[in-house]
Amino acid sequence: MSENKSLLKLRRISKVFSKGTVDQVRALDGIDLDINGGDYIAVIGSNGAGKTTLLNVIAGVFPPENGGKISVNDRDVTGLSEYRRAHYVGRVYQDPHVGTAAKMTIAENMAMALLRGQPRGLRAASNKQRRELFHGALVPLGLGLENRLAALVGTLSGGQRQALALVMATLSKPAILLLDEHIATLDPRTAQIVLDLTDMVVTREKMATLMVTHNMELALRHGNRLIMMHKGRIVVDIKQAQKADLTISDLVVAFERASGEEFVDDSVLLRPGNVVGTSDL
Amino acid sequence: MLDPTAVGHLLGFSAYEGLVYGFLALGVYLTFRVLAFPDLTVDGSFVLGAAVVAVLIINGVSPFLATLAALGAGLCAGLATSLLNTKLRIPALLASILVMVGLYSINLRIMGRPNLPLLREVTIFSLASRLPGLETRLVYQLVVAAVLAVLVLFILNWFLRTEIGLALRATGDNEQMVRGAGVDTDKTTILGVSIANGLVALSGGVVAQAQGFVDVNMGIGMIVMGLAAVIIGEALFRPKGVARLLLAVLGGTFVYRLVISIALRLGMAPGDLKLVTAALVIIALAVPYLQKKIRREWLPPASRW
Repeated sequence: MSENKSLLKLRRISKVFSKGTVDQVRALDGIDLDINGGDYIAVIGSNGAGKTTLLNVIAGVFPPENGGKISVNDRDVTGLSEYRRAHYVGRVYQDPHVGTAAKMTIAENMAMALLRGQPRGLRAASNKQRRELFHGALVPLGLGLENRLAALVGTLSGGQRQALALVMATLSKPAILLLDEHIATLDPRTAQIVLDLTDMVVTREKMATLMVTHNMELALRHGNRLIMMHKGRIVVDIKQAQKADLTISDLVVAFERASGEEFVDDSVLLRPGNVVGTSDL
Repeated sequence: MLDPTAVGHLLGFSAYEGLVYGFLALGVYLTFRVLAFPDLTVDGSFVLGAAVVAVLIINGVSPFLATLAALGAGLCAGLATSLLNTKLRIPALLASILVMVGLYSINLRIMGRPNLPLLREVTIFSLASRLPGLETRLVYQLVVAAVLAVLVLFILNWFLRTEIGLALRATGDNEQMVRGAGVDTDKTTILGVSIANGLVALSGGVVAQAQGFVDVNMGIGMIVMGLAAVIIGEALFRPKGVARLLLAVLGGTFVYRLVISIALRLGMAPGDLKLVTAALVIIALAVPYLQKKIRREWLPPASRW
């Protein structure tokens, strides 16, 4: 294991919600994870497995329980709050409304994103050079947004906003990209556009990417590494070499072995007859 | 029946009032609309500005310095409110009410008594009246107010377009996104609420010098007046873009003061002013809701902040 070369290192990461009450939930349970610069990881798991909590801990929305440690490029960032960690982390949420500001223009949104994690001063937020940069970043979407820089983001459709959110999350080329079911609410055509753009940007910029999804097929076809979570633990971690030959059935078997339970997540829509065992997992 | 001189005077006076109370409305616009921070500190910080100006001028300080000091005092009031909200997590509405109530006592302490006359003191208006061509009361009031307004608008219009200003505007729109972009939204909130109350106190300081006295109760209902001005400005001018929004707020204040002046001339009792203003804001807030209700659009439940 390339222990010291990893970009993002998680050690003994746990997270307990509603601690000390009857509702206590152990959302993350001692996660150890090493992520390299070129890793494009699909993260799957049933509801409540801890996927989003994992992203939140990486982004710094809340700290892990005592003893957990997060480092980026060997710098300990465990104690840094979300806004201080933004320099490293770009994020796209499931809801397009979370990633973009409706009452501001496309150019103003992108100006906010361009300076991610950098000190902001009293220079003009938008100038000709920056607008050309925004224009260039929007062209690959093929949605015509590059000609609407002065339009309010609130006037865009959900798909357009999500595409913009992805461009914004990657504009400053952060080392880590977190995608939290970012195409789940989009129509098939727009979902494909956003997904293609995701593949393109991640490959080009070599960002360490965690893409949470409920769609197993998508998890198999995209990315070069696959993680399955269950009850706050990582139960399957498949690297690129093995991932290429995987089928959904393999995933189900792997999941059952790792968790020791019947697979009962209907979001995957599998019939029991589909389950075929493979031995190379 | 309509005397042109009287109409001209009415318009001119409303323009002057629209500008000086417009600073207050700009502050209200910054908190309520830009930051989505319901800030009621205004009733206290308006008097704070007036009290600081009065006491400093009476003690021989230059009226320009005194006016700047009013702005500074207002910044501190806004700082107090925003710190209560961001660092102690007291809801914005309550935090601002607490500071407003506290400011009543502070204002009384600053003034030493509930009412201070400024009639024979040197103010920015009395200085302006010495300039050639500005001898008439209305003329020098308008000129001083206009010079100040140009300064304030110019600075605000520049600031809100800077990188920091953009982060401040975005904070009221989507705080989550702003934090994700690496901005400490506590800081942008503190900055915005402080600037807003600085503008409100500036308004109080200028009004005190123009009317020649300060009363500890002169701030009552100022927040409602500011809201009314903002709502009127938005409804009448439907502005797009920073510069036009700022101008629309001043325009809204002008229209509000004009309507009030006309109503007073037509015999409305001055004591009814607050009720009429409150009714105006209620109508302005209720009409869009009722229109949607008639069109059977879906509406979210009332927000309670």
